[in-house]
Amino acid sequence: MYGNDFAPPEDGPGGGLLGEVEAAEAALREAAARARRGGPAPDEDLEAYFADVIDADQKIEPRDWMPEAYRKTLIRQIAQHAHSEIIGMQPEGNWISRAPSLKRKAILLAKVQDEAGHGLYLYAAAETLGVRRDELVELLIEGRQKYSSIFNYPTLTWADVGAIGWLVDGAAIVNQVPLCRCSYGPYARAMIRVCKEESFHQRQGYEILHTLAHGTPEQHAMAQDAVDRWWYPSLAMFGPPDGDSTHSAQSMAWKIKRFSNDELRQRFVDMCVQQAEILGLTLPDPDLRWNEERQAYDYTQPDYDELMRVIKGDGPCNRQRMEHRRRAHAEGAWVREAAAAYAAKRAEQQKEKVAA
Amino acid sequence: MSERSTLFDFTLGLGDDALIAAQRLGEWTSRAPEMEEDIALANIALDQLGAARLLLTYAGELEGAGRNEDDLAYLRGDREFRNRLLVELPNGDFAVTMAKLFFLAAYQLPLYTALAGCADERLAAIGAKARKESAYHLDHASLWVKRLGDGTEESHRRMQAAVDQVWPYVHELFTADPAAPVDPATLRADFDAHVSAVLAEATLTRPADGWTPGGGRAGVHTEHLSYLLAEMQVLHRAHPGARW
Repeated sequence: MYGNDFAPPEDGPGGGLLGEVEAAEAALREAAARARRGGPAPDEDLEAYFADVIDADQKIEPRDWMPEAYRKTLIRQIAQHAHSEIIGMQPEGNWISRAPSLKRKAILLAKVQDEAGHGLYLYAAAETLGVRRDELVELLIEGRQKYSSIFNYPTLTWADVGAIGWLVDGAAIVNQVPLCRCSYGPYARAMIRVCKEESFHQRQGYEILHTLAHGTPEQHAMAQDAVDRWWYPSLAMFGPPDGDSTHSAQSMAWKIKRFSNDELRQRFVDMCVQQAEILGLTLPDPDLRWNEERQAYDYTQPDYDELMRVIKGDGPCNRQRMEHRRRAHAEGAWVREAAAAYAAKRAEQQKEKVAA
Repeated sequence: MSERSTLFDFTLGLGDDALIAAQRLGEWTSRAPEMEEDIALANIALDQLGAARLLLTYAGELEGAGRNEDDLAYLRGDREFRNRLLVELPNGDFAVTMAKLFFLAAYQLPLYTALAGCADERLAAIGAKARKESAYHLDHASLWVKRLGDGTEESHRRMQAAVDQVWPYVHELFTADPAAPVDPATLRADFDAHVSAVLAEATLTRPADGWTPGGGRAGVHTEHLSYLLAEMQVLHRAHPGARW
């Protein structure tokens, strides 16, 4: 419904990325049509068979044999991705009650609802690897699994909702579009669906900022302040620089990851510079400039010590976000127990009916 | 009172009911007992907000003073709001929220259904759209009333307490208004039939009628509303005339 208010994809940010998502979707269909040979021969080495499938750019599916480390890496990555969607509802949810127009309120409600949907979809993808959603939720609540560091920053003004859409969702898409070609089928398929919606959210955020930047002087200042605060945390979302990234090499070999952290970060910077110009806002980096030789923008790296502190739990909102999640879970326990008890009673009645 | 002004009052009242209900439901975002319910509550809030926007826009046109949906939502004080008291009550625990939603949907479904057949074309179109959503809200709330009522001892106790707490506010929904396109008093039989059946299945007791608080349609609210409006309107009012 609310989509009609926006420019078509090719005119807005994320247009090229959406094209990549569609190409990945087509590739997925082709890979399925090529029909993998029907599983390993009885005496074939399973590791060799697995490597063959990956080399041929075909998909590993839930019933296939896979190295234990591949399974574990994927569970960790998909679960943390799912947790991020769930925790990510909080910073934006913070502005639903105060959204400045009914149209914006409706768009924001729909967006946060989409995020919960992404969370569910990703937990379902993780479950295909042999782990239960409630176990993963426990790991989150006990602080034994992480979620994206970005959601530990506060949303202080309405413009933050726009900045999250433009920068945070923008960074998420740049990160996630290559995952549409990830070697694990259920994750790749989840990412295609997630990226399409995220790209839509990014345009909504961009539109919020565009309206503010072209509004009253107070609104413009609010937009600039939000971009100033969210720029570096968004750059940090791509993770530590390539030299310090612990999981990268193996994930690249398994085709879970397709590009390095620094490659994706560069792509994101290059994308944002032009968009910021159209917005009439400044990216808070005095050393940002075009490098003719590299055909890319030079930029100042984010503070990776800060990133590490936030990941370890000492960001501005880590305690608040976790406390909120724990409280919702604890206060809802009696409701979940009631639903289970009710379902058990109905199943029992059904059995008696059949027996009678 | 002219017919047009009666129609304005009626439309504004329904719009306010839906808007305030949406605001309360939106407060649940990221707080629901399970993720599926987070989605469901946001979904219902969005439906209510959608109906509110259509109704307030139309009310603004009927009034003819150039007020749009945002003027009506953000620039009226609590004495000018016309919503029924039921929708402004705080969310309480999940059982209170479900009791409120259950009674609201059991009223809105026959209301919008009747509206779909009324002579005013705009209201008829809004009713036709909204009744489909109300049917979903009523299903959803009815199922939770049954799950909680006939779930565990704890959930039964909480659901009964919620029904008892909210019940007095139900009567205001049906205050007679013979001049309105749909007289709410005519909807009570439908409401009672559905509510009695669900409460019985949920092993809950229908409360006795007694105290009947009212005043929402006259702008005389509970103490809760002005806090709700203060939060809802704060940003809009801080930037007069701005576009968002």
